[in-house]
Amino acid sequence: MGYVLDFGWLDDAITLIASGAAMTIFLIAVSAVAGIVLSILGAAARRSRHALLRQAIAGYVELIRNTPFLVQLFFIFFGLPSLGIRLDPVVAAILAMTLNMTAYTTEIVGAGLDAVPKGQREAALALGLRPRLVFIKIVLPQALKVIFPALTSQIVIMMLESAVVSQIAVRELTYEADMLQARTFRAFETYFIVTLVYLAMSIGLRRLLVAGGNRFLAGGVS
Amino acid sequence: MIEFTLWDIVRNLLLAARWTILLSAVAFAGGTIVGLLILFMRISKRRWVRQFAEYYIGLFQGTPLLMQLFLLFFGLPLLGFRIEPWTAAVLGLTLCASAFLAEIWRGGVQAVPLGQWDAGSSLGLHYLKQLRLIILPQAFAMTRAPTVGFLVQLIKSTALTSIIGFEELVRTSNAINNATFEPFKVYGFVALIYFALCFPLTRYAKMLELRALKH
Repeated sequence: MGYVLDFGWLDDAITLIASGAAMTIFLIAVSAVAGIVLSILGAAARRSRHALLRQAIAGYVELIRNTPFLVQLFFIFFGLPSLGIRLDPVVAAILAMTLNMTAYTTEIVGAGLDAVPKGQREAALALGLRPRLVFIKIVLPQALKVIFPALTSQIVIMMLESAVVSQIAVRELTYEADMLQARTFRAFETYFIVTLVYLAMSIGLRRLLVAGGNRFLAGGVS
Repeated sequence: MIEFTLWDIVRNLLLAARWTILLSAVAFAGGTIVGLLILFMRISKRRWVRQFAEYYIGLFQGTPLLMQLFLLFFGLPLLGFRIEPWTAAVLGLTLCASAFLAEIWRGGVQAVPLGQWDAGSSLGLHYLKQLRLIILPQAFAMTRAPTVGFLVQLIKSTALTSIIGFEELVRTSNAINNATFEPFKVYGFVALIYFALCFPLTRYAKMLELRALKH
């Protein structure tokens, strides 16, 4: 025994940890926005008249949901270059996170769309609104309100899962932790601090999203 | 360089998949046992016990699994335990699974009408017997679909143990990829193997969910 915890290195490391955290926030912000927009399209396509489109979306969702994110990431970063598609680590990370996120949120958004009573759509159509406007103005806002808590959870889960992208050398929080512990030889203390940072970020992100939902979705989040 | 035929790649990946399956099974079993303990604490009548379980669950659900694995892998040796990737992997996944399973089952316990507890005590059953004979069977029956769903998540999570050096499917595929330089093929097959493991379970969970809706 005789191991004494030492946090003396922390003073110099704080900027590195902060820049890693900023990268993590950037990654999740971009992929959450892109993922939600894509999943609205995906959920709408899943309910379209084209059978082929419906099946393609269903296949994509199942494929992503039944394979680990790490493998998807490796496939995109290491596998795609053999098809001539060479990606920067950050781009590959955002692509992988967005594709992963979209598969899960497509299901969530879809459940929300199904939860909106049919009468709402019929009433809007009867008022002479065009189908696209009915979707954007009537159905979607109501669906978003129902699924907001589930979306929030999914975004937080994705943020935590983004720790994996350190494996393709994206300079986010976990990557900085790896670098720090290699330099200070204080692996436990380093990962302990970084774990606390993740915990704070996930609590903060959840609060922020709920507050944002209450502010911008009419009538607050259920 | 050694020549790898397609069959060599597939065979080695399938052999490595055994470790993924074993790790998932052990972690699920361990997670069930620890998860039950956490569940009991989470629904305890004592406030501080409940609070502790709540923090435990929040801690594991609010931090990346990768960090939990790192902390175990680097932290336990400090306490004087010799630790190998397999031990850290099993321990990390077990603890993480226990938090998620406890939270799933708590939902089930809370969905059991309060009258069931009253009925149990009016029959003269004490607390543990009420739980074992009346409450838990109903809670488990209600949460079968999310429990299977979590098993899928757990199988996918085992991929992370490759990072701390446990020789499962992903770590083996990295090695094969380094020897063959055919990442597209290798990671494609890995994805297919995971899919073959998870998809039937996903379908099963979906079936359970639909069946539960009918009742």
